[in-house]
Amino acid sequence: MLNSGRTYLGVPVSRPKVGFFDFSSCEGCQLQMVNNESTLLDFLALVQIVNFREAMTGESDDYDIAFVEGSITRPDEVDRLQAIRSRAKVLVALGSCACFGGVNQLKNRFRDLPWVKETVYGGAAVETDVVRPLHDVVTVDLMIYGCPVRKEEVEKVVTNIAIGKEIAYPKYPVCMECKANENICLFDLGEACLGPVTRAGCGAWCPGSRAGCWGCRGPADDPNMEQMKRLMQERGISEEMILDRLECFGGFCEFSDALRAEMSKENP
Amino acid sequence: MKVNCNVNVHHLSRVEGHGAIGITIRDGKVERASWEVIETPRFFEAILSGKRWENAPVITGRICGICSIGHTLASIRAVENAFAITPTEQTGNLRLLLKHMETLQSHVLHLYFLAAPDFLGAGSVFPLIESAPDVVARAARMKLLANDVCDCVGGRRLHPTRTVVGGFTMLPEKKELSRFRERLIAASADLTQTAELFTTFKIPDFARETEFVSLKGEGAYPFIGGRLISSDGVEKEEHEYRGMTNEFLVSQSTSKWARLSRESYAVGALARLNNNFAHLHPAAAEVASLFHLKPVCHNPYMNNIAQLVECVHVVKDAVRIIDSLLDAQWEEPKQEITPRAGRGVGAVEVPRGILYHCYEFDDSGHVVKADCVIPTGQNHANIQLDLEYLASRYASEGMTDRDISLLAQMLVRSYDPCISCSVH
Ligand code: SF4
Ligand code: SF4
Ligand code: SF4
Repeated sequence: MLNSGRTYLGVPVSRPKVGFFDFSSCEGCQLQMVNNESTLLDFLALVQIVNFREAMTGESDDYDIAFVEGSITRPDEVDRLQAIRSRAKVLVALGSCACFGGVNQLKNRFRDLPWVKETVYGGAAVETDVVRPLHDVVTVDLMIYGCPVRKEEVEKVVTNIAIGKEIAYPKYPVCMECKANENICLFDLGEACLGPVTRAGCGAWCPGSRAGCWGCRGPADDPNMEQMKRLMQERGISEEMILDRLECFGGFCEFSDALRAEMSKENP
Repeated sequence: MKVNCNVNVHHLSRVEGHGAIGITIRDGKVERASWEVIETPRFFEAILSGKRWENAPVITGRICGICSIGHTLASIRAVENAFAITPTEQTGNLRLLLKHMETLQSHVLHLYFLAAPDFLGAGSVFPLIESAPDVVARAARMKLLANDVCDCVGGRRLHPTRTVVGGFTMLPEKKELSRFRERLIAASADLTQTAELFTTFKIPDFARETEFVSLKGEGAYPFIGGRLISSDGVEKEEHEYRGMTNEFLVSQSTSKWARLSRESYAVGALARLNNNFAHLHPAAAEVASLFHLKPVCHNPYMNNIAQLVECVHVVKDAVRIIDSLLDAQWEEPKQEITPRAGRGVGAVEVPRGILYHCYEFDDSGHVVKADCVIPTGQNHANIQLDLEYLASRYASEGMTDRDISLLAQMLVRSYDPCISCSVH
């Protein structure tokens, strides 16, 4: 892709034009980009940032890679996302809001949207729809999981795009990274953890702080959900706690919907 | 004399979230001056409904990426108040240290990356990387320090992992804290140079009298919990926060607005400083005097300087906190939690002003009702009135559209608004 005679690790690279765009989100994933002070300047040498409203005035419609943060909750957001899609060569979903709906999609568990609006705004008219991830609206080329994303991962993705290298996600679960880091297992402390079923890549961020995984990166390939549930229940962790974690970021929605249905059958 | 002016900024840049400024002046008369918030709501209060207490800090921390630590701490405090849990001194100290470093990283981000480009005539910090590399490096150094402490104490700089109801999941190593102590002391030089840089900026000479609301410092400059105070003399308990905020809906905004004794009030660094000047660290007060900043200052652009003063305060105070942590023996990181029915409020001074979380629980600890009042939400009405006054004043002085537009944008940026957070 594109111009110039720059090199990165001895490999000639282009300096792709990059835009950052946000939809319904906390904007934390964008913030991660300016949050790694030690590598920020290297990153800026690698790309040309042409759109980054949170950090700069001025915008351009000419970009190669669009990093899109947030989920889609309103018709005007659909239009804006489609326009970005039509301009970008590569569209990257940045963070769990964009990949799965993130915490925002917890709203979807209430089937009654008018009630949701009423709870927050009383009778006032406010527009909102069911929360959707980007790929429900447009074609997404790449996903960067996490709430928040890891900056290192974003940089790796950009580098790979620039040098035309395929991007490989870990297929294995967080437990593998956690064990490699020799953390104390949360299960041994009697706490809940979705590490056995969640896609690795975060370096077992939460268990490294002795906090259980909440599954923000979504499921690993072929997650063994039954085994995970059994492991948790053997340790006295309730179905409700498992459900809380499974449904928090939206990556496990098919499993959490099933568990919710099962629980309401048991406890109508 | 200037008679006609049209300013339309649809997506204000270098602020968090989506807001728009519109000013129309015809024949010298302000027909419209508006601050509109077009952000999509995410319905956090509804989302919490029916969730167990444990979820509250994890979910509401995601209201805002910039002040996720503040939201997490306000949420935890609300839950703890509802369950009648008093944090240990150790937990209190660690939380305040974490809070201070969020304040530092957020203020430095705002001062250097969002506000300074206006004063330096640049569209962003990016061109400054080449034209003023030492300035950018200094900002990055201070932010890095703040973020490193947050990683160490909170587990993660953004959406902290170790902060839970009852305390922390894990404690930092004392030798790490000692190392941060050295870096914090060394940061004085960077802060001095930051102050020097800001003395070269021309802060617009503009004031509109208003009311300022913040926590009330009792013995110390306030950040986490305590009584509420306004510069018009209103005082209330933390749990009576609704009597301070009086939220209402307006058509131009998906964020609610707030008012107290007047049509609007302001929160943030300037409000904190106006209400608690006597509790500033002497070194911070000295920086304030460099800019002739003393209470009650009604110039909204001076919020930038108030943030700078607070940077000095939190760095000095962080050293004090680390000293007392190093002197004490580590206790258990976390207390046991017994949920009970009740209501709890957590008021926390986050970088952009006072934040409230309030939850009502049933006896099994499930949320019956949740309410979050965001600093920027409280500032919207004040921003609106400032803009109206700014438009009429500068139009009558015959200023050009371009200059009015720039000053209006700088005005809004001075509040360091966190718009998506205000809508949540
Ligand atoms: S994925 Fe998480 S950190 Fe990223 S924007 Fe969404 S809520 Fe914020
Ligand atoms: S703490 Fe969680 S991620 Fe780590 S090994 Fe145990 S279950 Fe797996
Ligand atoms: S440990 Fe789990 S919740 Fe934590 S960052 Fe990794 S995937 Fe997300």
